[in-house]
Amino acid sequence: MPDPKQPNEKQFNPRIVAFMCNWCSYTASDLAGTARIKYSPYVRIIRVMCSGRVDPTLALKAFALGADGVMIAGCHPGDCHYIDQNYKTIRRVTMLRYFLEQMGIEGDRLRLVWASAAEGQHLAESIDQFAADVRQMGPLNWSSNWEENGQRAQALEEIVREHAEAMEVLA
Amino acid sequence: MSGNNKGKLALYWAASCGGCEIAVLAINEKILDVAALFDIVFWPVAVDAKVRDVEKMADGEIDICLFNGGIRTSEQEYMAQLLRQKSKVLVAFGSCAHEGCIPGLANVNNRRQIFKTVYHDTPSTQNPNNIEPQPKTAMPEGELYLPVFYDTLRTLDQTVPVDYYLPGCPPEAERIWDALEAVISGNLPPPGSVIGADTTVCQECPRVRNEKKVKKFYRTWEIIPDETTCLLEQGLLCCGIATRAGCGAKCPKVGSPCIGCYGPNEGVHDYGGRMMAALASMIDSNDPEEIDRIIREGIPDPVGSFYRFSLAGSQLRRSKLSKNGNGSPKRAGEPVAGAK
Repeated sequence: MPDPKQPNEKQFNPRIVAFMCNWCSYTASDLAGTARIKYSPYVRIIRVMCSGRVDPTLALKAFALGADGVMIAGCHPGDCHYIDQNYKTIRRVTMLRYFLEQMGIEGDRLRLVWASAAEGQHLAESIDQFAADVRQMGPLNWSSNWEENGQRAQALEEIVREHAEAMEVLA
Repeated sequence: MSGNNKGKLALYWAASCGGCEIAVLAINEKILDVAALFDIVFWPVAVDAKVRDVEKMADGEIDICLFNGGIRTSEQEYMAQLLRQKSKVLVAFGSCAHEGCIPGLANVNNRRQIFKTVYHDTPSTQNPNNIEPQPKTAMPEGELYLPVFYDTLRTLDQTVPVDYYLPGCPPEAERIWDALEAVISGNLPPPGSVIGADTTVCQECPRVRNEKKVKKFYRTWEIIPDETTCLLEQGLLCCGIATRAGCGAKCPKVGSPCIGCYGPNEGVHDYGGRMMAALASMIDSNDPEEIDRIIREGIPDPVGSFYRFSLAGSQLRRSKLSKNGNGSPKRAGEPVAGAK
């Protein structure tokens, strides 16, 4: 049985962007590191000052650029370094998930996790769980939605050819 | 074309409603100044010049091209490429060319669904033979062509490089004149700029703003707003907070919430993202279930509310494109007559 935490070319290895707050969750990930707790290598952590600072634009940008899942991690409710900004995170994540569902992106691809600075183990487990869930959902590959079918290039060529022929007739 | 030293001006429309064409004439008698300074070499609405006249021009022969409308068909894409090649300065004129506008909202559907609605489902449509436009039709006299209709509407700058943007649905006459004046005087902002203000509609809005906290969002028909307080504080989805100034806050002044036609303010990369950030922040609740209820009850259509004018130009550009019906279980697998 291969180790699920090791990259494996035979299966889908998700790309996950995680925004972690400076005061709790990023410190928790540091703790996981110093305690040698292994967690999924598919997560790319971006440190932000507060989970409340994570504008929906950032999560949307991650999805548009090819992320398969986005995690936002912050201090437990009531523990925020900036008094109550993680409550704002709850509202923003709720709003964003509602929007994502209308766009055809599973709401589960956006995950909110609370992890205090002491919860390295909990954070590592949450990351593993999220990576497993995203793997289950499969690749998102968002930019493939922008591609037109093959008719496009052919149609453009035909317009050019047709116009050139019309010019010859007129000349 | 006349042999004098006048500049050459072209105007074109792609996927748009035609309102931008009318907006050009809203500069009133100043249109005479425009005619004095420029030869209008191409303007399908008003001038009898043909595409082949443009094709015969040298590259960069047109001094300024005001291009309105998004790119929905192969013909529009061809015209965008042609006018880019022939123009020194290409301006994305109006919301459609800038960020997709209302035609771009159809990006929540794909071509098949749009054709199904337009050619089959609308109550006033009678189409007993299930005819749909085809790119090629064989006739005894030869093959006939129609432009290919794309699944996704693109903005102008997703198709060709654009020099300037003039936002608005349609752009206000004063802003159009500002832009033309800038071109005439040669006093242009750096390429890639939006020609307009860099503040928000709130800056121009006379309503009194206090703390924004709401327990419920209302739709415009549900309440009659008072005349002095900020509409957003009264629970109406007013988009002024994220929208570029330039219109003089016309809508909020008469009690109608801003719908965001002037597009994102300077520095905003995703209009709807900023709207979501702001609206979520002002919900007056810390209880996840209540928050969810307030959002779902008050905002039945998040894409239409936050991206009414900017879906095609947003980071996600469109909803998920599924080959069998865009993820809607009702439509998936349903046979569409006449479709390939």
